Amino acid sequence: MKKKLVNQTDFSFLARSVNESFARYAVASFCTQLDPTLDELSDLRTAVSEAVTNAIIHGYRGQSHGTVYITVKLFSDRSIIIRIRDKGCGIPDIRRAMTPLFTTDPDGERGGMGFSIMESFTDDLTVRSFIGKGTTVIMEKRLSN
Amino acid sequence: MNVLTAIYNYSDGILTVKLNGEIDHHSVRDIRVEIDRQICFYRAREVLLDLEAVSFMDSSGLGLILGRYTRVKENGGTLKVQNPGAAAQRVLRLAGTDKIIPVVFNRDEHNS
Ligand SMILES: Nc1ncnc2c1ncn2[C@@H]1O[C@H](COP(=O)(O)OP(=O)(O)OP(=O)(O)O)[C@@H](O)[C@H]1O
Ligand SMILES: [Mg+2]
Repeated sequence: MKKKLVNQTDFSFLARSVNESFARYAVASFCTQLDPTLDELSDLRTAVSEAVTNAIIHGYRGQSHGTVYITVKLFSDRSIIIRIRDKGCGIPDIRRAMTPLFTTDPDGERGGMGFSIMESFTDDLTVRSFIGKGTTVIMEKRLSN
Repeated sequence: MNVLTAIYNYSDGILTVKLNGEIDHHSVRDIRVEIDRQICFYRAREVLLDLEAVSFMDSSGLGLILGRYTRVKENGGTLKVQNPGAAAQRVLRLAGTDKIIPVVFNRDEHNS
């Protein structure tokens, strides 16, 4: 089956922590067009929350003048692609950052589980990052039929 | 705006912290301080973190639970997680937290 783009949304918001819940609800709400199960919606909300939180606390280091950019694409084969991007500090070693329990912020009571959660709550995770330019997280979720 | 609240109940040396709402990086910040203050105040030897009314939890919830666990343990007490929902359980299991911190189910149907 050829996969066709059915719908797309692009939005952005200031890197303020209060927007974490806004972002996960906005994405989940858009994705309901594909009739996901409640579990699938819950997975999407959690994965989005992880990526957005990382952009805010790591990418922009808690400075709220940065902007977080989100693109959501819905496809005819019931797959969803979510791209979450920041123009923050970037990740020096992506492989290392994605290792479970790795965190650069243990004092902030972080456990280094964000990437592991994104990985296990979606079907595909790609991370691109350049120091001083920012980080892009692309997640794909394939909904059941 | 905070989407997370806590209700405290102390009896027989056990402090139950019943969380209600969504646990994320934004919502844990204030609640963390408040919970620590209550733990300190009651000098509870056992703390039960009740997640039954938690509708959302990401890795910030893990941080909250592990942070409280460490604190309570340092003071010679124990901490347990009570009644986590399916989504919270998945996050706990993924992090292996359930191997360190006991998870108990106590729906309390008869007493409530
Ligand atoms: N957008 C980002 N910009 C810069 N660094 C990042 C970004 N996202 C992640 N990182 C780096 O990767 C590390 C691992 O991220 P991950 O989400 O797995 O764990 P964490 O955020 O440290 O802890 P947790 O997510 O469990 O609260 C972070 O500590 C940080 O150093
Ligand atoms: Mg994280």
